[in-house]
Amino acid sequence: MQTERVERATKASRIAAVAIVPFLAVLASLPWWGDSGDMRLVGEMAYYLALAQLWNLLAGYAGLASVGQQAYVGLGGYAFFYMTGVLNINVYPAFILAGLFAGLMSIPVSFAVFRLRGAYFAIGTWVVSEVFALSASLITVMGGGAGTSLTPAILREISANRSSRETIIYFATLASSIIVCAVVYFLLRSRHGLALTAIRDSEPASASLGVNTFRTKLLIYVATAACTGLIGGLIFLQKLRISPEAGFSLNDWTVVVIFMVVIGGIGTIEGPFVGLIVYFVLREFLADYGSIYLIFMGALAIGVMLLAPAGIWGFVLQRYGLQLFPIQRRLVVVS
Amino acid sequence: MEWLNILIQGCLLGGIYALFAIGLSLSFGIMRLVNIAHGDLIILSAYAALVVTQQTGLDPISSLVIVVPVMFGLGYAVQRGLLNFTLTGGLLPPLLVTFGISIIIQNGLLQVFGAYTRRLQEGAIETASLQLPGGISVGVYPLIVFVVALVSVGSLQLLFYRTGIGRAFRAVSDDADTAELMGIDNRKLYALALGIAMIFTAIAGVLFAIRTIFDPSSGPIRLILAFEAVIIGGLGNIWGTLAGGVLLGVSQAIGAALSPTWQILAGHIAFLIVLIVRPSGLFPRTRD
Repeated sequence: MQTERVERATKASRIAAVAIVPFLAVLASLPWWGDSGDMRLVGEMAYYLALAQLWNLLAGYAGLASVGQQAYVGLGGYAFFYMTGVLNINVYPAFILAGLFAGLMSIPVSFAVFRLRGAYFAIGTWVVSEVFALSASLITVMGGGAGTSLTPAILREISANRSSRETIIYFATLASSIIVCAVVYFLLRSRHGLALTAIRDSEPASASLGVNTFRTKLLIYVATAACTGLIGGLIFLQKLRISPEAGFSLNDWTVVVIFMVVIGGIGTIEGPFVGLIVYFVLREFLADYGSIYLIFMGALAIGVMLLAPAGIWGFVLQRYGLQLFPIQRRLVVVS
Repeated sequence: MEWLNILIQGCLLGGIYALFAIGLSLSFGIMRLVNIAHGDLIILSAYAALVVTQQTGLDPISSLVIVVPVMFGLGYAVQRGLLNFTLTGGLLPPLLVTFGISIIIQNGLLQVFGAYTRRLQEGAIETASLQLPGGISVGVYPLIVFVVALVSVGSLQLLFYRTGIGRAFRAVSDDADTAELMGIDNRKLYALALGIAMIFTAIAGVLFAIRTIFDPSSGPIRLILAFEAVIIGGLGNIWGTLAGGVLLGVSQAIGAALSPTWQILAGHIAFLIVLIVRPSGLFPRTRD
């Protein structure tokens, strides 16, 4: 008798699942063999990976090509600094609250920007971010346009010792990045993920088959805003200082992230990993030539968009069917 | 009389915003292209005028004789060689390609000219002013800019409704596929459209840079202002774009009268209000 079962894992994904353990172990042991510069670099890669996964979820799956995600990085950062510095809330709950605050703020924002479609949605989200940046520069208790720093008292709350503090922040960043990736992964495997993948492939078709596209998009918008806010708090804990310009920077928190996702492969979980590596390799190699690496990234993104819109990983997927994070369901016939 | 003064200054400010917006409105109206690099192309025009004035000794406004054809050619080439290939693949390709162009222009200018702020010098006309009854004084230069905006919109109106090429533009805007069946070469027409958009972008860039300092990172905020004017006025309506620019200018003038820090914010808030109350703008024409 012939039966079928639904399978997700592939050979490549099983290998990847095993290989990820020693890889994470190497990253987790970094504080014992690397210096604080290494930790900062890997920490930066970790939060960029999280931002890239979140933007990919928004633009690659839900079709919400936002160029205003810096709004939530800034809001998370500002909320974190405000709660620890002004309201004297302990650092750890402040993180969670900063994320929740960013998520909460995204709800009224969605009322305005969800009225816009396509590229107009993109610039609309950007305007909203500008509004937040200008508003932040009006808050005198946060230093106005000049910004504010974390006080030593808050840092002592984490640890009185500088190197152990750096280690704790490193672990927090690493853990948050892993959590965000896991959230994205499990979300895409869930019922909502199926709806999202359908929306990615064809919005009218998915709507006609009963997917509530508006509610799914709203859910994703709010969820990514909350996660982006959480990462924002961490980023500025690492930087120790926030200003409207740094917090709501289009270039730092959105442009770079978009290039990573596009080059790596939009609409795949593996893409942001590939784009992350391309970005950091380019940046480290061209570090002596000012902003040339950004010109390279821009040109590369244009080239990818015109010649291979699915990005580097999309090419690999098409050619070899390689999938490291199994989110697809496949029907396997067993006799 | 205070409020009248604010209103007049706001209208005049709106002139430059309308000029920023014409190119964007045009490329959206004809080929549904939202050009993220628009603000950076405005700034690129300003730098082009800077180079021309330094090399030839021309004054900035005369330098337009060189800058306008150069920007027209650039617009034509970019559309022909790059953007035409993005128009069939959905929403992301044009957005991301123009985004890439934006970053390349910004960082290219940064590499070549450095991060210094610059200004174009036009001489005495910059500070001349007219005295109106009631103690209101109006700057001659902002007035000229406003008139240029009016003339630009008027000439586009003529181009669209009185010429053969304008008819082709309208046909492509209404239904690109059918227009192609009728023998129009869409790709050439699109290239021409971005070229024409760049003419107004060049004028906007040079007129703006005579009054305001600029640096390589000045582009994005101009894009946002242009975008707001287009949306407020209604998509695809060139007179609406002018009205949108004026409304934006007046909102900013009111904001600035409350407190200087509120100027830009007041414009953004006016934009968001229009967006929530009338999402398709005040005078929409094109269907999205």
